[in-house]
Amino acid sequence: MIETPLQASREAASGPPNESEQVTFPVQVDRVSRIFKPSRRPPVHALADVSLHAAAGEIVSVVGPSGCGKSTLLELICGLQRPDDGAVRCAPAALMPQRDLLLPWASALDNAALALRAAGIGRDEARRRARPWLERFGLDEFAATRPAELSGGMRQRVSFLRSLLAGKPVLALDEPFASLDAITRAEMQGWLGHVLATEPRTVVLVTHDVEEAVMLGDRVVVLSGRPGRVLASVEVALARPRRRADTAVVALRERVLTALGVGE
Amino acid sequence: MTAVGRTPARVPRRAVAVPWRTALGQWRAVVLLAALIGAWELYVDLGGADPLILPAPHAIASSMYDDRALLWSNFLVTAEEVLLGILVAAAAALALATVMHFFASVRRAAYPLLIASQTIPIPMIAPVLVLWLGFGILPKLVVIALVSFFSIVITTLAGFASVDPELLKLVRTFDMSRRRTFMTIELPSALPGVFTGAKIAVIVAVIGAVFAEQAGSNSGLGFVFTQAIPQLLMARAFAAVVILSLFAILLFCALTLGERLTVPWAYSTATRIKDDDR
Repeated sequence: MIETPLQASREAASGPPNESEQVTFPVQVDRVSRIFKPSRRPPVHALADVSLHAAAGEIVSVVGPSGCGKSTLLELICGLQRPDDGAVRCAPAALMPQRDLLLPWASALDNAALALRAAGIGRDEARRRARPWLERFGLDEFAATRPAELSGGMRQRVSFLRSLLAGKPVLALDEPFASLDAITRAEMQGWLGHVLATEPRTVVLVTHDVEEAVMLGDRVVVLSGRPGRVLASVEVALARPRRRADTAVVALRERVLTALGVGE
Repeated sequence: MTAVGRTPARVPRRAVAVPWRTALGQWRAVVLLAALIGAWELYVDLGGADPLILPAPHAIASSMYDDRALLWSNFLVTAEEVLLGILVAAAAALALATVMHFFASVRRAAYPLLIASQTIPIPMIAPVLVLWLGFGILPKLVVIALVSFFSIVITTLAGFASVDPELLKLVRTFDMSRRRTFMTIELPSALPGVFTGAKIAVIVAVIGAVFAEQAGSNSGLGFVFTQAIPQLLMARAFAAVVILSLFAILLFCALTLGERLTVPWAYSTATRIKDDDR
């Protein structure tokens, strides 16, 4: 596990109302609404009365049509936005953005170590700590390589590692594999499942890929179109690793699609 | 620890840009220049213009040889002014752009003044600066910095603003401080812009140096130029101009080279590894 020096201070500062509650549910989103009011344009109702809880170590997939406020939900969880209504109480969360957003001038190793540098760790020490992770992610040969030379799959792995090394108890993944080709995406899904099995985190995974949601999640939360509301919460009580063609997986996928109103 | 990823693909050989090969590739520029000089020579030789007004290229070339001691010693003076002036301009521009980036109120307050600074006619303000600051290098530095820092401020500000807002959100979730975000993300992002601004700046800096020297000095190529014209030494005046042009080109090339070495990622010719390439 990675030390989380910032976690303690952040929690102390925000003052959780109930210590044990905080431990059981690192992500608590209660009846949250979010309305954007751009000037000279009609307001956009992004989220309406959305509740979402994730227990420690749980992987919650969030699926929904385009523009259902999925990214807004993640930004609320990460503390980048405040709700207009309702309450968000979350342990410190690190974002993994949809695009990799790697620094073009920095090597794969330095990109992976960015969160460590953010925490005030010196360059050499940050590199020393990040290096074994690159090996573990099959990227050790590319430690000195700049992002422009890395493949899409490699870039997403570096991006994920960068967020993982932030050492936060919660990971907010925003459509992490949306930009990859189908074969690479399937590989990366398997890879992510494996990593999270060995390095458990509370994960909120936003995706528009229903199969991905079922393959990776312990639970799938289905959001409606704008304004986003919770339509269903589907438990995925299946052992890992899961197989795409497994009848239980297929059945759950159909259930989620039906909840979205596009099944059968 | 077990490896989670698959066997990585081979690293492709890094493509290296070779500056001198690029320079040799500029033969078209050489051909065009030779054609223009040839046409000019013919025009003057065939009596198209009085050599007292427009000297022929061969006369300029021989002046460059005959007056080489004079031109060289005065070139050193101008070169010193331009190089120091550019350094002053770059430092001032970086500092100002940084303050303007951090404080929106300063940006709003300073922008109109910044634009106004570029509308000041240099031939008007240069004599004032000479009266104020004397015949030394100081008024020259002020003029050069004044004409050249604007482009650097603008391109540097654009560089700061080019940082993806999503990236800034990401590092906020890493609790990265404002200062560290600036040093590790915004400043490197702005570097290509700083170079672009500096490349524009060196050209106008050379012009600024000539104006400053004309306003009051006893050395420098601008001084040589100003002295040569009333003496009808047109070849010498043109020789001074040619040297100034070559100097500007040299500075421009030096900055291009510095840019390639400092911000190679902005010119990436690297081949990307494909996901199915294994």
